[in-house]
Amino acid sequence: MKVVVCVKQIPDPALPGELDPSTNYLKRDDKLILDESDSYGVEMALQLVESAGGGDVSLVSMAPNGAVGGLRTALAMGAEGAVLVSDAALAGTDALGTAKVLAAAISRMSPDLVLAGVESSDGYTGTVPEMIAGALNIPSITFAKQIQIEGGNVKVQRQTEAGYDDVECPTPALVSVTAGVVEPRYPSFKGIMAAKKKPVEELDLSALGIDSSSVGKNGARQETVQVTDAEERQAGEIIEDDGDAHEKIIEFLGELKVI
Amino acid sequence: MCQALAKGKVRFTEPSGEPPTTFPFMDFSPSEDHEAIRDGVRRVCVQFPDKYWREKDEQHEFPWDFYQAMADGGWVGIAIPEEYGGGGQGITEASIVLEEVAASGAAMNGCSAIHLSIFGMEPVRKYGSPELVNEILPKVADGSLHAAFGVTEPDAGTDTTSIRTRAERDGDEYVVTGAKVWTTKAPYCDVCLLLVRTTPKELCDGPTQGMTLLLVDLQDPAVDITPIPKVGRNAVVSCEVRYDGLRVPVSRRVGEEGQGFRYILDGLNPERILISAEALGIGRVALKKAVAYANSRIIFGRPIGQNQGLAFPLADSHARLHAAELVIRDASWRYDKGLDCAAQANLAKYLASEAAFECADRAMQTHGGFGYAKEYDVERYWRESRLMKIAPVSQEMVMNYVSNKVLGLPRSY
Ligand SMILES: Cc1cc2nc3c(=O)[nH]c(=O)nc-3n(C[C@H](O)[C@H](O)[C@H](O)COP(=O)(O)OP(=O)(O)OC[C@H]3O[C@@H](n4cnc5c(N)ncnc54)[C@H](O)[C@@H]3O)c2cc1C
Ligand SMILES: Cc1cc2nc3c(=O)[nH]c(=O)nc-3n(C[C@H](O)[C@H](O)[C@H](O)COP(=O)(O)OP(=O)(O)OC[C@H]3O[C@@H](n4cnc5c(N)ncnc54)[C@H](O)[C@@H]3O)c2cc1C
Repeated sequence: MKVVVCVKQIPDPALPGELDPSTNYLKRDDKLILDESDSYGVEMALQLVESAGGGDVSLVSMAPNGAVGGLRTALAMGAEGAVLVSDAALAGTDALGTAKVLAAAISRMSPDLVLAGVESSDGYTGTVPEMIAGALNIPSITFAKQIQIEGGNVKVQRQTEAGYDDVECPTPALVSVTAGVVEPRYPSFKGIMAAKKKPVEELDLSALGIDSSSVGKNGARQETVQVTDAEERQAGEIIEDDGDAHEKIIEFLGELKVI
Repeated sequence: MCQALAKGKVRFTEPSGEPPTTFPFMDFSPSEDHEAIRDGVRRVCVQFPDKYWREKDEQHEFPWDFYQAMADGGWVGIAIPEEYGGGGQGITEASIVLEEVAASGAAMNGCSAIHLSIFGMEPVRKYGSPELVNEILPKVADGSLHAAFGVTEPDAGTDTTSIRTRAERDGDEYVVTGAKVWTTKAPYCDVCLLLVRTTPKELCDGPTQGMTLLLVDLQDPAVDITPIPKVGRNAVVSCEVRYDGLRVPVSRRVGEEGQGFRYILDGLNPERILISAEALGIGRVALKKAVAYANSRIIFGRPIGQNQGLAFPLADSHARLHAAELVIRDASWRYDKGLDCAAQANLAKYLASEAAFECADRAMQTHGGFGYAKEYDVERYWRESRLMKIAPVSQEMVMNYVSNKVLGLPRSY
């Protein structure tokens, strides 16, 4: 069984992010790390291959400047190899463009199953996985909390507000994995050292046969028109206790209709 | 390049400013491996937040799940050779692991839980019989075997050669009788690397002769273990251990009889380097907490960190920790290169434990009354960093070493 996991490499969320004022793009010049949202997909893939008693977990990522920091972390967890798409012409690519590029890379890998996160931590449009499935013309299932491969089918417990639905479709298929449904293993020392020697194939647009005008800023159908700061959180209301504070709090909660 | 330099006669930069390419100066470029090690250890440690360590310390409970997670990740065995299932790294990498553990907020409770497994069995690896090495090292590397180190006695700490615990030969066995103090982790350890006298001091040519290193079974009925109530690092006990006729097979002797002191000396420099790194880590976390608090606590209408009376001591601590870090790197680099590092390891231990305790004290001062409350954790760093000024070697003994061995002053010990 061959599983390909889409992993996005993002600027470290612990550091203050910054937009380029001329383009309004997120600055991605510093080291990129594995998006935590995708560590669940990696874990899920490793577990699937382990329980199948064999197979191969590969990664695919699109990132600027040949960034591999996040891929190395996922390789240290146990994935066997990775494909990185990096090309200066990709600057400004929107979610659809990203999906096209990733789909082209994935189709060269002929997987039985493609996993992705439900949404990334920085862009979080939550649209890329389904568009990849569209571009590859394979079925897709979203919000997976559990995945099983049986014969030529993938069986998924699909999380809903009330519980979960059992959904099934034939492979090859794409499944997006809900954050938090598995406990991602932390890379071991040996995993980290082994990851340095694992293959990362770097591809540019021409290797994928993609016309650079169809992606990047020019190919994007999504445009960032304006950026405004999020509203500052207002200071809470402080109720001095003159013996009736509890009543005032009850009244306040009543107004908010929480009690 | 000047001729003398080319021949390796001149060590330092010539007035021309040309770099001395023949001398192996330290390389300060960041190492990807070291960054990856730091990152890997942090990923384990974030699972064990301040609350975890506060509780373990208060309840005097060994941090088993932390230990297991570090063992599973291969971090406990990082410096054990690959042929025994370890990571095959040097003291530099091992010290980075311990620094990150301490800096995560685990401080000494975290470090002491794994410290001896990381490099404590080096005398066994170096001098033990192949059978002993093959039996012990793989289990230390995978974390399944816990080992203690028993040297200090009630009347022999700094003055090691005065130990009185003795081992008498009886056929294929030694019979061990005596008492040790401060044996860390003893109740959970399978074995203890024990320094004993096999020849009384009076009968030896010199005081360092006549001592032997044995790997003894700590869970034998002839061994009696009593924890010593102490100031801090309470998740990991240190104990009084009595040996009342413990029988130890001769096959468990490490190296030759009578050479034990020399074997122990060999391990002291790496031990000092590791302790320095642990101190540095505590200093880092104390400073981080102090800075966060100094930025957020508003008194007299402004953050307290705006007052130079608080800011400068923290800036000064930053400087001292950084200086200590460089000496640690100097010492560990020398050790890993096989160069003599005794002076550097001693200086690193002195500077790092001084800087760490001072920083923890300043962090406590920065927190005002809350610094004295358990909730803010800095009091833990304060209690734990104090230890490094005493053990495994006291600051005074470091100064003795430097006075005598480095500066050539008369000896006081
Ligand atoms: C204005 C703008 C500028 C951009 N500039 C660049 C650039 O310079 N270089 C560049 O590489 N990209 C660039 N991008 C692409 C962008 O970073 C995202 O990859 C894309 O928009 C996906 O959107 P999302 O984060 O909302 O994905 P979501 O749909 O929220 O992601 C869901 C899942 O899809 C998968 N996925 C998403 N993106 C990727 C990815 N890139 N690689 C692998 N898997 C992925 C992951 O599994 C993820 O968990 C740019 C996008 C925009 C809008
Ligand atoms: C929490 C903890 C854990 C420990 N764990 C272990 C362990 O696992 N195994 C182990 O074997 N030991 C352990 N020790 C013991 C530790 O190594 C000793 O406490 C340390 O070496 C000091 O020895 P001492 O306590 O006997 O002090 P002493 O030798 O009695 O010295 C007392 C004081 O006199 C000073 N002094 C003595 N001579 C001189 C001199 N010539 N010049 C200047 N000053 C001098 C010393 O510096 C010290 O300040 C531990 C100790 C502690 C507190």
